[in-house]
Amino acid sequence: MICYFLALVLFVMGLYCLVAKKNIIKKIIGVTITEYSINLFLILIGYRRGGIAPITLRGMDPGEVAAKGVDPLPQALVLTSIVIGLGVLALMVAMCLRLYEKYKTFDMSEINRLRG
Amino acid sequence: MEIYLLILLIFMIIGSIIAIEAKSLLSSVISVGVVGFSLSIAFLMLGAPDIAITQVVVEVLILVILIRATITMDNTAIEGGGGTFPFVVSLVFFGLFLVFSFFAVQEIPKFGEPLMRVSERYLRTSAEETGATNVVTGILLDFRGYDTVGEATVLFTAIVGAFGILRRRGRKKKTEEDAEKVGILEDEDIKKDFEGF
Repeated sequence: MICYFLALVLFVMGLYCLVAKKNIIKKIIGVTITEYSINLFLILIGYRRGGIAPITLRGMDPGEVAAKGVDPLPQALVLTSIVIGLGVLALMVAMCLRLYEKYKTFDMSEINRLRG
Repeated sequence: MEIYLLILLIFMIIGSIIAIEAKSLLSSVISVGVVGFSLSIAFLMLGAPDIAITQVVVEVLILVILIRATITMDNTAIEGGGGTFPFVVSLVFFGLFLVFSFFAVQEIPKFGEPLMRVSERYLRTSAEETGATNVVTGILLDFRGYDTVGEATVLFTAIVGAFGILRRRGRKKKTEEDAEKVGILEDEDIKKDFEGF
């Protein structure tokens, strides 16, 4: 229970960084932290106490994974989500570099003022 | 086991506080690296080795990209905070969010006792239906293959967008060489041609 709550605290901190900070790189860092916390939350939901990884190793009884393995479905979905996160981060950093080239600053309020 | 997980989570929260509040951008990027690598250790402890490996690789790439974005710039120091108004507003709303989420996490299945309605079948029949000993790859590439195709599409779109934004040259301007290649004649050439007649 407390694990879920701590993952949500991490989520809120990423969201705070996204909303309250002015620097664009700080905003990107906030998005990254939010993403981490959501991935962690999904994996935490799928954990089974005393569980093993859902992989049948050599010499292992086939029924053992079915009896003791952790939930593989959130793992498969989070795996795709992590890779998508990398692509989205690359896109954000590309936009950020172009903004810096045009306005010579990372400050969001400064960029708002200099619009046009 | 669970106490180690709690220690790791608190470590991650401290790391993200440093990442959010650090004055220099480079140190905050490095603190994000701390959070990401401890996240991969947490995945390893929760029985997800595939995700732990992916997380390590992706984390290294994220660090490279973010350091590329910060280190070549001239003024990476941060002047001033975000002001008091956004701080107070976000404090109030996120405090409310945390209070409600505290009651919400009491309702979902307890930690360590997941709902396994669909996944139980996957765990039981993955070896004989897909032939994969690793159930996660069995789900990724066989049971839910269309989902993976969609993910590849999203990834492709994001990378093409990044390339399109970062491309150095736009459309080329017309130069003299181009005119020669296409065969556009200058005025003098035209006169020379007409003198023959």
